[in-house]
Amino acid sequence: MHGRRVYGVNKKLWEKLTPGSVILEAGNAVKFKTGSWRAFRPKWVEENCIHCLFCWMYCPDMSVNVKDGKMTGFNYDYCKGCGICALECPGKKGNNAIVMEEEGK
Amino acid sequence: MARIVAVTGNEAGAEALRQVNPDVCAAYPITPATDLMQRFAGFVSNGNVDTELVLVESEHSAMSACIGAAAAGGRVATATSSQGLALMWEMLYIAAGDRLPIVMPVVNRALSAPLNIHGDHSDSMGARDSGWIQIYSENAQEAYDNIIQAFRIAEHMDIRLPAMVCLDGFIISHSIERVEYLEDEKVKIFAGPFKQLYPLLDLEHPKSYGPLILPDLYHEYKRAQHEVMTKVKNVVLDVAADFEKMSGRKYGLFESYRLDDADIAIVILNSAAGTAKDVIDQFRDKGIKAGLLKPRLFRPFPYEEVASALKTAKAICVMDRVDSFGAYGPLFTEICNATLHLDKRPLMMNKIYGLGGRDFMPEHAEQVLNELNEILKTGKIKTIKEYIGVRE
Repeated sequence: MHGRRVYGVNKKLWEKLTPGSVILEAGNAVKFKTGSWRAFRPKWVEENCIHCLFCWMYCPDMSVNVKDGKMTGFNYDYCKGCGICALECPGKKGNNAIVMEEEGK
Repeated sequence: MARIVAVTGNEAGAEALRQVNPDVCAAYPITPATDLMQRFAGFVSNGNVDTELVLVESEHSAMSACIGAAAAGGRVATATSSQGLALMWEMLYIAAGDRLPIVMPVVNRALSAPLNIHGDHSDSMGARDSGWIQIYSENAQEAYDNIIQAFRIAEHMDIRLPAMVCLDGFIISHSIERVEYLEDEKVKIFAGPFKQLYPLLDLEHPKSYGPLILPDLYHEYKRAQHEVMTKVKNVVLDVAADFEKMSGRKYGLFESYRLDDADIAIVILNSAAGTAKDVIDQFRDKGIKAGLLKPRLFRPFPYEEVASALKTAKAICVMDRVDSFGAYGPLFTEICNATLHLDKRPLMMNKIYGLGGRDFMPEHAEQVLNELNEILKTGKIKTIKEYIGVRE
């Protein structure tokens, strides 16, 4: 039929959508990279980090990488640059371990 | 045995909800629907139902809580009127877009300003594009029957859409009429156990409601929503057939009253149809072929069936108890849309009547039928849209 785009077994795309736009796949936000929204980028200053993991706890997304109980840096695919990690970071002896830098600089 | 009782429309509505026994009701009081939910709250307090009644701070919250409860996987109902429905407005679209089968009696009342608490259809007609199924009821019996059927229609696995059951404020909600109640057990069997679809509380299968859908898919979701609406008509008829088996009371997409060979016809919703039918009889006695069509299912609107029912009529007056200022009344627009495709199009006029609870009297119907009869002879309509029953 003219103009009919077939997806799968003779069903149009809109016929295959879940009713109510419900998403049935748990954790599929992983597929939606939101890092491009960022205007400021958190920069990790490793020497000032005491690995308290406050940044990991406070991050509203999943943008703090942790391995074996230690902070290892940021996942910039999801970090929107909200700056909560930098605000909460106690640093070491007054020196912040997370600083916000303007993107594109 | 079925019980024959003398009750108000609100009482009958509350009884229907009691018998269906929803899991959750979230409601906020507003005249004239207050009394319906107040009576239902009594059933909750007395342990007559298992319903969790959520008392909220506004109708916006009431509909929001209903949406949450329905998404969680519960059978959900609420009720409202007028400003309450208006305050729910943005949530109505979400309930429909999320495909949540919430059932809501709407006790029709005028919208402010000026402030008025009495019956007209400006509230539910304003929500006609929200994606809800809309069913209109002439009297307390129809309201009761329609509320019970609405659960089956809304919750049908092919449908899963919210449904409003409309009845006229005060005229029906607060007047005592003879109503036949069904047995509790029969209603329970008829409504059946609630079937869940994608319940949020199924923790083994986590899921998300209300995602952001941008231009790449929004259009397709709306196309799918439209498709579901096209299936409602048949479900309404199937449910009505089952209901007739149980109750002996027959329902369709609309009521045709002496329409089969009618030359002139009135189209009118809800309680005023009762008054108009009496006058139709008087005209029939005089040998004038007059008939009436009372829509029941307004959304989705059964265009083909309505057109077919009106096909013999040469002049039709559609009566709206609501105005669309600067435009024709919403019922008139739909009937014109339906009759447009008939081989012989009838002459059509629109009367606005009964706003803010102004009584619709037999003489109003008489005036309209006389005018239609005149149009039949002259073939001319003086004014397409006109207010009737206006004080001068």
